[in-house]
Amino acid sequence: MNRLLLKGGRVIDPLAGEIIAADVFITDGKIAAVGRELTVEETVVLDVSGKLVAPGLIDMHVHLREPGYEAKETIATGTAAAARGGFTSVACMPNTDPVADNPAVIGYIRAKAQTEGMVNVFPVGAITRESKGEQLAEMAALKEAGAVALSDDGRPVAGAAIMRRAMQYAKMTGLTIISHCEEPSLAAGGAMHEGYMSTVLGLPGIPAAAEEVMVARDIILAEATGCPLHIAHVSTAGSVRLIREAKNRGVPVTAEATPHHFTLTDEAVAGYDTATKVNPPLRTAEDVAALRAGLADGTIDVIATDHAPHTPEEKDVEYAKAPCGMVGLETALGLVWTELVAPGVLSPVEAVRRLTVNPARVLGIARGTLEIGVTADITVIDPELEAVVDPDRFAGKGRNNPFAGRTLRGLAVLTIVAGRVVYDAGPTR
Amino acid sequence: MRQKAQIMDREGIRRALTRIAHEVIERNQGTGNLALIGIRRRGVPLAARLAERIREIEGSSVPVGTLDITLYRDDLTTLAQQPLVHRTEVPFPVTDKTIVLVDDVIYTGRTIRAALDAIMDLGRPRQIQLAALIDRGHRELPIRADYVGKNVPTSRREVVSVRLQEIDAEERVLILEKE
Amino acid sequence: MKKDLLGLQQMTAPEIARILDTAVPMKEITGRQIKKVPTLRGRTVVNVFYEPSTRTRTSFELAAKYLSADTVSISASASSVVKGESLKDTARTICAMGADVVVLRHPMAGAAEMLARTVPAAVINAGDGAHEHPSQALLDLFTVREKTGRLDGLTVAVIGDILHSRVARSDIWGFTTMGATVRLCGPATMIPPGIEATGAAVCRNMEQALDGADVVIMLRIQLERQQQGLFPGVREYARLFGLDEKRLALARPGALVMHPGPVNRGVEISPAVADGVQSMINEQVTNGVAVRMAILYLLSGGGKNE
Repeated sequence: MNRLLLKGGRVIDPLAGEIIAADVFITDGKIAAVGRELTVEETVVLDVSGKLVAPGLIDMHVHLREPGYEAKETIATGTAAAARGGFTSVACMPNTDPVADNPAVIGYIRAKAQTEGMVNVFPVGAITRESKGEQLAEMAALKEAGAVALSDDGRPVAGAAIMRRAMQYAKMTGLTIISHCEEPSLAAGGAMHEGYMSTVLGLPGIPAAAEEVMVARDIILAEATGCPLHIAHVSTAGSVRLIREAKNRGVPVTAEATPHHFTLTDEAVAGYDTATKVNPPLRTAEDVAALRAGLADGTIDVIATDHAPHTPEEKDVEYAKAPCGMVGLETALGLVWTELVAPGVLSPVEAVRRLTVNPARVLGIARGTLEIGVTADITVIDPELEAVVDPDRFAGKGRNNPFAGRTLRGLAVLTIVAGRVVYDAGPTR
Repeated sequence: MRQKAQIMDREGIRRALTRIAHEVIERNQGTGNLALIGIRRRGVPLAARLAERIREIEGSSVPVGTLDITLYRDDLTTLAQQPLVHRTEVPFPVTDKTIVLVDDVIYTGRTIRAALDAIMDLGRPRQIQLAALIDRGHRELPIRADYVGKNVPTSRREVVSVRLQEIDAEERVLILEKE
Repeated sequence: MKKDLLGLQQMTAPEIARILDTAVPMKEITGRQIKKVPTLRGRTVVNVFYEPSTRTRTSFELAAKYLSADTVSISASASSVVKGESLKDTARTICAMGADVVVLRHPMAGAAEMLARTVPAAVINAGDGAHEHPSQALLDLFTVREKTGRLDGLTVAVIGDILHSRVARSDIWGFTTMGATVRLCGPATMIPPGIEATGAAVCRNMEQALDGADVVIMLRIQLERQQQGLFPGVREYARLFGLDEKRLALARPGALVMHPGPVNRGVEISPAVADGVQSMINEQVTNGVAVRMAILYLLSGGGKNE
């Protein structure tokens, strides 16, 4: 019952930092054995020769939109997209309707995920009630209900005083604060990065300073309170520098970067394709280079998508009117492999680390490794497999993805959650 | 395009224009109320030459204008790209004048139709007459020339090419055939 | 010509020259007693204005009428635009009407480009947010070329709120493409980042910007920018960036003074300069019709309606 042998693969061990030729045997949803030439009776054998066998990938920044915005995405469709993209776990942001600022919503999400989700769903609770930045949410209750972190993602905590209180309180609960850093008064009305391209396109700009001011503030507050701080979707060179300095000082700060921020620049906005409208905005080539350097030297710990689906009707409007966000679950791994691993920015092990153990540590979840006895979440990656991005074939509901038409190389061919195959690329494998 | 025949040389053109000048003066009993308007492009030098002949004969000069009929064409929607529009320069009032329109070739009559509309938009002439160096037939509208240099029967496959010193640096009229 | 006129950034010098050349005979028509030619008979030009603009709208309307096109105007106050009808819906309506040319004014950058992707009709951008206002820049180019006989080698100073000005952007592209040098000057809060990369030079003060300039283009200062904290007040603005006769004397003798209108007299430009002999403000309006006739004519070609 439920016995699976992955044969002939190269196993990536992000903890040991090595790749070894080994078979992986799974039984009862757990990793039972990892070793050479395993022979097991009465088991399903999947030939994964030539492929990379990695711990199941974790996307710690996803908008599943349920409850409240089911037209954009649901837990069922969002986790289907995750499975197809090679992710076995996602952490979903609390900016739903109602906001996940109370145990009931967290419970609802978990229950839904239990019945309809294809992958593990770890809800993130709100920092403040309704994410209004005024009163603290019941953090301990959120934790008890299953929240793995706290964030007011999408609505930066504007007041320094409330953020300080939030960190003091969150530290007590043991939850990490995930901060969407953007000073609202500097970003107000902006539709894209402020620079040459915003000047030429005539769109109101969001200066890099809008992000950096708050990154600096939150680092100072984390240092003062001792609360673990995770900076979401870092987008500027200045933020990378601030985080690097803070880490060197020993501040408990971690950070993530999205595939779109380390691949695209604000030049992608030319033509006013609203799929390029994201928050924080696409920045300059200099910022992209800084993000890559930050990923390479470990300043940026995590790669997360900020998967943000919207309906075509919402996106098919004037650029300034369009909502921010792009879907990323089904293109993330391909972008990591094509844009970071292939050019040598990250080794396969380092790339996998940023998609597995590192986010697992930030969230404090027992995932991200292939140690004997752990839940068998596994992603099999074919580093040679190529495909052209076609949003019309996405499993998720969102079509807002500016990589349409681009060829990506290095894709998931098998996604296994607790020993169960939830995505199989089939003949291409 | 293959050259089929030369139907006029420098002398032929000169003689035809001189004759037309005489006919214009005779028909209008002098040059009193007369004005010439050349249709771009090759009607323009022809009108200037006619005015010069008339001045030589009568000793009085007639005003000369230039008409660009691009904006009056009836085939704009079928062209791949809009043709270049040039200036219309008619530096005299046309109202109550006898206007002699001058063009190099009269063929379907559509250019003349457009030119008539263009002149009407400038005012109300007493009379409009038409002079053409070559009449090659195949009219599609009830229009005829009052003064013709030479009648040349042609087929629709053929092209009549008037080459003038001012524009083409040579002086002759050719019949070409599409290959 | 391409299907649409969305901006001058993507246009080449020959393409711009073709519009200016075509505007010359069009101007002759606007001077006639009977200001009408049958060129666009049976064509429909729809003016869609999401922002009030008497000047640009009437200019396009007259241009269309002189060319015998049928014109319809949809303006924000009079149509479903205010009822929250989206640009997309408006586009569908326009298609259903069978418009050949759509003239669009919209407060958001990129709106014209979005419409152009949606409708088969030719789209003319009559101003989209702070992006471009190509017909205004083309009439500026036409006016300067008509008066000075050339564009190549001229020095053009553009003064004022560059940040929010679509006219400034289109003028920068237009003049630099045609070989002129563009200088910019305005409050530091209204100089957009990276603007030097367009080829225009940013000057520290009016004196530097005007020194020997052949053309001075003054931009309208929107008084609500003061509330947004972009400049401290009208008095200081006029003192630092207003064009009076004394400052104008720094420019080349006989330099042309232009303004896209409507003018804040006494703020960005003194009444004496606005009404002086060097002022081209009225010529700009006249030439606007001729230039827009040229644009309508050139965009209406191509048998695409058959």
